[in-house]
Amino acid sequence: MINTADVLETINMIRQENLDIRTITMGISLLDCVSEDPKRLCDNIYNKITKKAARLVETGGEIEKEYGIPIVNKRISVTPVSLVGGAHGEETYVEIAKTLDRAAKNLGVNFIGGFSALVEKGFTESSRRLIAAIPAALSESDLVCSSVNVASTKAGVNMDAVRLMGRTIKETAEKTKDRGSIGCAKLVVFANVPQDNPFMAGAFHGIGEPECAINVGVSGPGVVSSAIKRAGDCDLSALAELIKRTAFKITRVGQLVAGEAAKRLDVPFGIVDLSLAPTPAVGDSVARILEEMGLEVCGAHGTTAALAMLNDAVKKGGVMASSHVGGLSGAFIPVSEDEGMIAAAAAGSLSIEKLEAMTAVCSVGLDMIAVPGDTPADVIAGVIADEISIGVANTKTTAVRLIPAWGKKEGDSVSFGGLLGYAPVIKLNTASPAKFIARGGRIPAPIHSLKN
Amino acid sequence: MKAVISVTGKDNVGIIAGVSTLCAERGANIIDITQSVLSEYFAMIMLAEIDGLKVPFSQFVDELDSYGKERALEIHTMHEDIFNTMHHI
Repeated sequence: MINTADVLETINMIRQENLDIRTITMGISLLDCVSEDPKRLCDNIYNKITKKAARLVETGGEIEKEYGIPIVNKRISVTPVSLVGGAHGEETYVEIAKTLDRAAKNLGVNFIGGFSALVEKGFTESSRRLIAAIPAALSESDLVCSSVNVASTKAGVNMDAVRLMGRTIKETAEKTKDRGSIGCAKLVVFANVPQDNPFMAGAFHGIGEPECAINVGVSGPGVVSSAIKRAGDCDLSALAELIKRTAFKITRVGQLVAGEAAKRLDVPFGIVDLSLAPTPAVGDSVARILEEMGLEVCGAHGTTAALAMLNDAVKKGGVMASSHVGGLSGAFIPVSEDEGMIAAAAAGSLSIEKLEAMTAVCSVGLDMIAVPGDTPADVIAGVIADEISIGVANTKTTAVRLIPAWGKKEGDSVSFGGLLGYAPVIKLNTASPAKFIARGGRIPAPIHSLKN
Repeated sequence: MKAVISVTGKDNVGIIAGVSTLCAERGANIIDITQSVLSEYFAMIMLAEIDGLKVPFSQFVDELDSYGKERALEIHTMHEDIFNTMHHI
């Protein structure tokens, strides 16, 4: 029977509080596309993606209409390209990126992820060539996203890769300097990367995954924020309960959409990512949730505690709502993609050091942060090393997506458009870590990785 | 399949009649209605069986939406499963 309050609550969440499905991401294996001939390899990739995902956008649209819930993005993730490109040279890797771009544009999806390499323990020749091709690949494509896993709790930190990624990020920034260094917004460096993540720029279709899978990421910071506002002056135990209940409802919608998409596309359902993913729109911000919890501004002392509680409650509430949970699962804090974070960073309340501390207790890491364009590659490598070590030591995913905005300095701002938003350029500590970074080698895996 | 049709806005004569007529013309069978008026604010929720719909569901959604817009009403038509999954374990 109809319960008026339930119906109105759901409609209000969607219409007023920006509840949406952030992404339906189809993971596609490219392992059977391998060929010695570069043209044939690219043709195989193009044909496979356009065949498998032919109805992805259309089906997303149908579900959106039927259930009345916006599905903001339809995306594709593929097998890490370094495993598919094999013995080919750097130029072929760039060609593969262009092929992925062409397939994505033809299908009408928003992004395609998987121009990726996994090098936590060391480089293969093909992963080395893929990384060398990243700056050209990202500057010569629009929708391709790239990620490199440089560390894991089991393997430790590949510091040669950390150093190389510092340089690769700088080079990508330069190659896309006429577009606000946007290439760097599509490049993530990971520790403990998940294999089934539906979110960009870090999505790829891992090697243990099935031929094809549907993964869904939900959103809903506005819903949580409004619920906290309505709750008034309750204590933190009551607040945690409220966030759990809200997260449950948000995730149930994700589960419903994921199941329906999988059924209609005749592809196995993979996971729901229990996420609180912000957008630059007002009323869709994770920072504003923290402020609604009682902080004057995001970045104030107390922010890490508030975020830790929020992140935990989101997972506890969400986990029962979905049959399979995976991906990144947690609250995201991408600076340029969150209206409240942008305001806090512009007001000088949110420093890189505070953001780093926050990443120890929530999903992902230093995300979409614009830094001065003249930041040396070694300093960027230092930022990566710190952030990645937090992930390795805490057995969690961490990542770095820094944008050294070409020609910009502290206090300037840079705009990427759409969901990628805009960001004030924030200060980095520029004391040189060069000698430490130049040592290279591997930081050994922590003792608690030995669990057998 | 059942759809939930919610209608909200300023109270007026003939809201139920208009929406029900449109449903009947399109082949949607109304099986439950709850309706209230709170200080001139009209809120109605209908549950309709839509297996016999004569037009595609997406068109039905759009028609109700524009019917509402012409009369300063907000009409949302959604598959009932979204409410069931969200509010019932």
